[in-house]
Amino acid sequence: MAFAVALLSRTKQYTECPPLMEEDKYIDSRQKLEIILKPMEGAEETGLIIHDELCSGCGNCVVACPVNVANDPHGSGRGFGPTNEKVIFRVENGKVKAANVKECRRFGKDKILCRACIDPCPTEAIEFV
Amino acid sequence: MEMTEPITWTCTGCALLCEDIQVYIKDNRVEKVEHACLKGKARVYGCKHTAMSTVDQEEVDVNNAIRQAAEILEEARNPLLYGWSNSTSEAQVAGIELAQTLGACIDSTSSFCQGITINEIINGSVPSCTLDEVREKADVVIYWGADPMSSHPRHLSRYSYFPRGELRQRGYEEDRTAICIDVTQSRTAKICKGMFFSIPPGGDAEFMQALMDGLAGRVPKLSYDFDVKRILELAAVLKKAEFGVIFAGLGLVYSIKEEFDLISEFMSTLNRFSNFFLIPMAGHFNMRGFNHNLHEETGFIHRVGFTKNGPVSGVEYSVVEQLKHGADAVMVVGSDPLASLPLSISRRLKDIPLILVDPCSNLTTRVADVTIPCGVSGIEVGGTAIRLDGKKMDISPLIQGDGLSDEMIVRRIMEEVS
Repeated sequence: MAFAVALLSRTKQYTECPPLMEEDKYIDSRQKLEIILKPMEGAEETGLIIHDELCSGCGNCVVACPVNVANDPHGSGRGFGPTNEKVIFRVENGKVKAANVKECRRFGKDKILCRACIDPCPTEAIEFV
Repeated sequence: MEMTEPITWTCTGCALLCEDIQVYIKDNRVEKVEHACLKGKARVYGCKHTAMSTVDQEEVDVNNAIRQAAEILEEARNPLLYGWSNSTSEAQVAGIELAQTLGACIDSTSSFCQGITINEIINGSVPSCTLDEVREKADVVIYWGADPMSSHPRHLSRYSYFPRGELRQRGYEEDRTAICIDVTQSRTAKICKGMFFSIPPGGDAEFMQALMDGLAGRVPKLSYDFDVKRILELAAVLKKAEFGVIFAGLGLVYSIKEEFDLISEFMSTLNRFSNFFLIPMAGHFNMRGFNHNLHEETGFIHRVGFTKNGPVSGVEYSVVEQLKHGADAVMVVGSDPLASLPLSISRRLKDIPLILVDPCSNLTTRVADVTIPCGVSGIEVGGTAIRLDGKKMDISPLIQGDGLSDEMIVRRIMEEVS
């Protein structure tokens, strides 16, 4: 159970489990895990995944993200494009990009399950795994 | 030229005219664009296929194409000049002058779009406000028959819902209420969640009437199945609004049709209890500009015929009626009528001389007798435009193009005609 929790919190990789990798009787389980954990490969440290193919670059997340607002109140907070590099979300070439993920409320030990960027997205292009 | 500092640019991807776009240019080409949505990005990177200068589908020198266009327009007894919503105000003014010189009809895409709404606003029958006021003050916004999340992607993030405004400092969750009234659960409806009111197609007038009943304290009646309690709840929200805005989309305009008085009546009723404004969701970047410019010259916003007795306006001068039975030559500027009009109407374009002035190759270029390529407005050509809320905006060119601007082409045709 402890290993499963570590796996979900991404402090361990499934490849670190010797029986799973070495014993033949776990081949099926290993393959299933590979499929389940596949979406997490492209995730940021917070588990953030941006589905580029769904994003329309509307910038709702840019303006709604509380970190963007706090770090750039007169830019992102007012509906403009970000005016400094301290923000998490910004739109480049019509698609949203994430940076400074350590600033995200979902990062670190005291993380909270903030949904400020997920809920305003009309195309479900933002996901946390 | 090396990629250096970004240029701050006003986007001409839609009528929001976002003026905070950062564009990086290298060797006279766009290298990267920041803050623009997908529509803006598509606009800034220009045409997929540029139009060629042609006469009878054969490539010719642009001067020959201009001469041929002038000849067609001069010979025509009833020419129509149509399009204009993707042109700068300067090109539109030149187009109006050309129509006057030729004694032609002139109309724009607003003829079957938001023209009727803009007319009411210009005439003062319906109160309107600017998008900046919406950002600073609005606490209740209604998207009626409109889906800005698809048509104007930055609408909610730039102005109408998500940003912190002067009087709306606590963020959208606490300070603003977004309402969507539509026939389909659009992307915008998803944002509005519990405040989405799904009505049947053509049910807008009845819903509006029911809402007026609700505002007046009467029990609303509807011929279709709808929870009356929800209408009363909505009426209560509208009554409490300090600064309310209705964004009227094409869904509302098409549904209401000629009964536009109902919208004026609705706004008056609403404003007996609260403080509401209406903004039309114009699509093309300078559609509203054409209406303002033509109104300044003639007193009419679209569907104008220049007769011996001066300019007149009426449905018979609309692009649809003129294409059905009227115009004997058409010049289209910055539009693709074969793609945007029903085939039953646009079909006639292949039977009469057709001139197309456009930067890009499109469906209409395939049947045009004369095609004259022009620079892309807002990319290669600068000028002014009017935002969907009526605010005049300056547009600077981003890169240096090879071609003439649409204004220059229209003025060259005018010289040939004169």
